[in-house]
Amino acid sequence: MSVRLTLRTAARILRQLRNDRRTIALILVVPTVLLTLLRYLYDKEPLIFDHVGLIMLGVFPFVIMFLLTSVAMLRERTSGTLERLLTTPIGKVDILLGYGIAFAVAAAVQAAVVSTLSYVLLGLDTLGPAWLVGVIAVGNSVLGMALGLFVSAFANSEFQAVQFMPAFVLPQALLCGLLVPRDQMAGWLHAISDVLPMSYAVEALTELGAHRDPTSTLWRDLAIIVGCIVVALLLGAVTLRRRTA
Amino acid sequence: MDNAIEVDHLVVTRGGRSVLHDLSCAIPRGTVTGLLGPSGSGKTTLMRAVVGVQKVESGTVTVLGRPAGSAPLRSHIGYLTQAPSVYADLTVRDNARYFGSLYGVDAGQADQAVVDVGLGEAAGQLVGNLSGGQRARASLACAIVGKPELLVLDEPTVGQDPVLRNELWQRFHVMAANGATLLVSSHVMDEAGRCDRLLLIREGDLIADDTPDAIRERTGTPDLEEAFLRLIERTHDVPRKERITSPEKSMTSPEKSA
Repeated sequence: MSVRLTLRTAARILRQLRNDRRTIALILVVPTVLLTLLRYLYDKEPLIFDHVGLIMLGVFPFVIMFLLTSVAMLRERTSGTLERLLTTPIGKVDILLGYGIAFAVAAAVQAAVVSTLSYVLLGLDTLGPAWLVGVIAVGNSVLGMALGLFVSAFANSEFQAVQFMPAFVLPQALLCGLLVPRDQMAGWLHAISDVLPMSYAVEALTELGAHRDPTSTLWRDLAIIVGCIVVALLLGAVTLRRRTA
Repeated sequence: MDNAIEVDHLVVTRGGRSVLHDLSCAIPRGTVTGLLGPSGSGKTTLMRAVVGVQKVESGTVTVLGRPAGSAPLRSHIGYLTQAPSVYADLTVRDNARYFGSLYGVDAGQADQAVVDVGLGEAAGQLVGNLSGGQRARASLACAIVGKPELLVLDEPTVGQDPVLRNELWQRFHVMAANGATLLVSSHVMDEAGRCDRLLLIREGDLIADDTPDAIRERTGTPDLEEAFLRLIERTHDVPRKERITSPEKSMTSPEKSA
């Protein structure tokens, strides 16, 4: 593992992103527009927006980063650049951490823009501190990124990579407790939601909405999210094969 | 040690079929060795085995005294894949600088590599906006940027204009004179004469491993394309008559798609 090569790789990925203005616009504009829609959908019920909008602050970045990285990594695999990288001194973990850092930066910018808009313009109100909401949002998008990196190994084309989004993300969104509180679910559904990382992200955000000070549940949830990121990155490293048929 | 690459009884199977069957050869240091053969003959597979990204069934590949693909080798090898493997959404300069940084090369040396492949003028352009030939050269710049001891180049001159092709070959020989070893694949026979040594490969079998002159002498023809045909006849015992009746059966269209 090399810090220098990891940072070089992160800088390279950010430079690629910077040359793609339309993607940057999509990263920033799409969640902003969606949250604005939600805000006016619940115009008469600001309390519901406080709950749903807050959770969406965590869900949108997850979905967007999942899509972005699974396609970016797939490109790296299909264009031959990954094969070339694996013949150079860079390590597999350096490549994945480079991706992690680059997209975490993008996620942080996204979270900052979208949370600022939500609090200042859309009147989002939470009991817990806004900066912690931002931390969870970034953590969630890094999680989406790590899962996207891992999943891209199972896709042979962009068509397939995009299809993994509903396959991996929608079940998590359905079972995360947004539609039906998790403790009211049938036992087996509750059990499934227990092993899906998004459940913990949503629980952490709900905690922030309801409590002025960070609770122990919040810290536990954050630890679980970080743990899932590490596991997904390691699984991703396993799928990077230096030798292929 | 005199050989940069030693391949010993290499067997590779891909997708259930045998691509290289019991192939052995040695490539001396400081030479430009041409790897020639029709499309599908196993050139790319052999090159991938040398750079250590090919799963091999059996046999060994030794590169610069170490097993191919071992970690210490990676800072001494430059690999050009057949399809240009560079980032289309980065400029030529940024591509060279990134790949250069992986070998610990500074920005100035990376920019020089871009000039060396004749892309000095286009350095600031996104690779995605370049022509196919320019893109291939951008990829070449990223392979030579680290001044590697061993350069494995898969069809580096495809799509290049004749003047530029000439310059690239001269550059390859300058690198070899400075001690580098180059393994260069091609399916055009007119490039064979530019190599110090030739490996002729057909359907996964090595049918010649010699200098161009020795091959010409052995086959009794000054034309290397004709020499290749004669070598195929000898190895496969194809009666000469049959070849005359079907002259279109050239090296670029193997009768079996194997």
